Amino acid sequence: MTNQDELDTILAGHMGREGALLPILHDVQAAFGYVSEEVVRRIAQALNLTRAEVHGVVSFYHDFREAPEYRPVLKLCRAESCQARGVEAMVAALPENPRVAVETVYCLGLCSVGPAAMIGHEVHGRLDAARLGALVESLA
Amino acid sequence: MTTVRISDDAAALACGADAVAAAFAKAGCMVERVSSWGMHWLEPLAEIEGQGFGPLTAEDVASVLAGTSEKAIGTIAEHPFIARQQRFTFARAGKTRPLSLDDYAANGGWAGLKRARELGPEATIAEVTNSGLRGRGGAGFPAGIKWTTVANAPGPVKYIVCNADEGDSATFADRMVMEGDPFMLIEGLAIAGHAVGAGKGYIYVRSEYPHAITKLQSAIALAVPYIAPFEVEVRVGAGSYVCGEETSLLNSLEGKRGEVRAKPPLPALEGLFGKPTVVNNVLTLAAVPFILANGAQAYSDVGFGRSRGTMPIQLAGNIKHGGLYEVGFGITLGELVNDIGGGTATGRPVRAVQVGGPLGAFHPPADFPLPFDYEAFAAADGLIGHAGLTVFDESADMSAQARFAMSFCAAESCGKCTPCRIGSTRGVELIDRIRARAGRAADKVETLPQMHNARKAPRSLAEDVTLLEDLCETMKFGSLCALGGFTPYPVLSALKHWPEDFGVGTPAQEAAE
Repeated sequence: MTNQDELDTILAGHMGREGALLPILHDVQAAFGYVSEEVVRRIAQALNLTRAEVHGVVSFYHDFREAPEYRPVLKLCRAESCQARGVEAMVAALPENPRVAVETVYCLGLCSVGPAAMIGHEVHGRLDAARLGALVESLA
Repeated sequence: MTTVRISDDAAALACGADAVAAAFAKAGCMVERVSSWGMHWLEPLAEIEGQGFGPLTAEDVASVLAGTSEKAIGTIAEHPFIARQQRFTFARAGKTRPLSLDDYAANGGWAGLKRARELGPEATIAEVTNSGLRGRGGAGFPAGIKWTTVANAPGPVKYIVCNADEGDSATFADRMVMEGDPFMLIEGLAIAGHAVGAGKGYIYVRSEYPHAITKLQSAIALAVPYIAPFEVEVRVGAGSYVCGEETSLLNSLEGKRGEVRAKPPLPALEGLFGKPTVVNNVLTLAAVPFILANGAQAYSDVGFGRSRGTMPIQLAGNIKHGGLYEVGFGITLGELVNDIGGGTATGRPVRAVQVGGPLGAFHPPADFPLPFDYEAFAAADGLIGHAGLTVFDESADMSAQARFAMSFCAAESCGKCTPCRIGSTRGVELIDRIRARAGRAADKVETLPQMHNARKAPRSLAEDVTLLEDLCETMKFGSLCALGGFTPYPVLSALKHWPEDFGVGTPAQEAAE
């Protein structure tokens, strides 16, 4: 199936739904890894919106990427509760690894077992500098 | 065959519950995945015939089964952390399999919805009003009044929207409800729909909670025959903190940028797609089945002042016994941190406790006698918010925390109103200067001869601090929503209680100088 067909399938699946734009963008993000300009154009056409409106939504939300991220992503929580458990010192001690994208999130809801991280849908708690380093290594 | 019960709550999974469960299964046990008791420092916690063992690793399994484990904690239900709670909303926590309709029905499930249908819409709303239930999302607005407004609003189409965009650090009670007892939340939505005449409910869940999303979707599919003709749908957020504000949540649900709307019109009258809408937090809706099943009186008998019922309090951050503690309002902050939480995990003295997430004030140990109550915290320049406590030990740098509060606001501002959008960025710069004790020299434009009124002298530290206070006042009173409006709480409380971290002498010292 080409990307074109896949996009058509996604759009068809959401037509007629109330407030369809976010569910469509989630599906696009999951299928293609990012929301390209061409996809923005097609979504705008399908929902009878302007490209500016769709672009505005894509750029507003942290989850939607406008360019692909090919590296594996580790989402590290750096909100207050994980800060109180020492996440900032762990970040400072983390060796650079160009093969892994370590991204900041504000809260995974694991505040009682932080510092916490998420890889895909897999959650990791009670991290320390060594365990975080090992997690990043395991993705590289 | 031995039956072992282990939680599949995300907090347990993050601590390795799956590996422990697999080890028990390999040892020939029957493993049941249940909700979490809320004793997160003991996760992964295994329960065998009421006896608890935790925190376990796969290596501990043999000794647990042999009865020689040093990680035995005795009967879970009698553990002081559990025995001292008053669990209304979390009555089933640890006891039921989240997606088992049988477990739910056998433990009081659907009784609230059944009674609501017998009572009829008006009497259902009266029960909620009489219970004294207030919005658990943070604002504390009486739920019954909101429901009445929506019920009386004209129009055939109305909505129930459940705010499950639990973005505050230190809060995870919503997540535990959705993952551990999803039918209760669905029942709460169905009761609300029945009461106000809404046919459809949306649960807006943040994308950082993939486990909650999956569980809810499965639970909704199973619950269809129980709640019909009412329909519930899960919608997933996209990583925006401000979408936890009710009007930006509505915009997000409509497929727009999550920008805040000016009020009025109230969402109760013109909410989702312009229709009358009840927007309630997960914990508000989750409290409703209990109220209907047991009566308003049973709920309002517990509490303190105008804060009735129980609050699921979340103990997090640098705390020894982190987890979920549901109790009637009125318990003091000190009891929560020291007696129940056991002090800091690092064993060092407590320096600050942030109550209510990133927009809540930092409280020093001197505030420990404060009773947990909406009004008492407001009087102490703080807020309860979603009842999350982040404990910091003495290593915390409070001016750095104040800076973080501003930078968080800058990162998450929706951009609609100026005090929040620009003020937060200026706040970061200002706190950076204060922290660097740099002062501020006049810039190029200010030194131009045409700028007669601009000041030419550098600004002193004391003047920068005054400016920060002014900025906070502007944000507090000039912002459209709580993000810009409450960011000053952590900033000003840090400045007030720990001026030494900002390089400012204590007020007493300054007076002496």
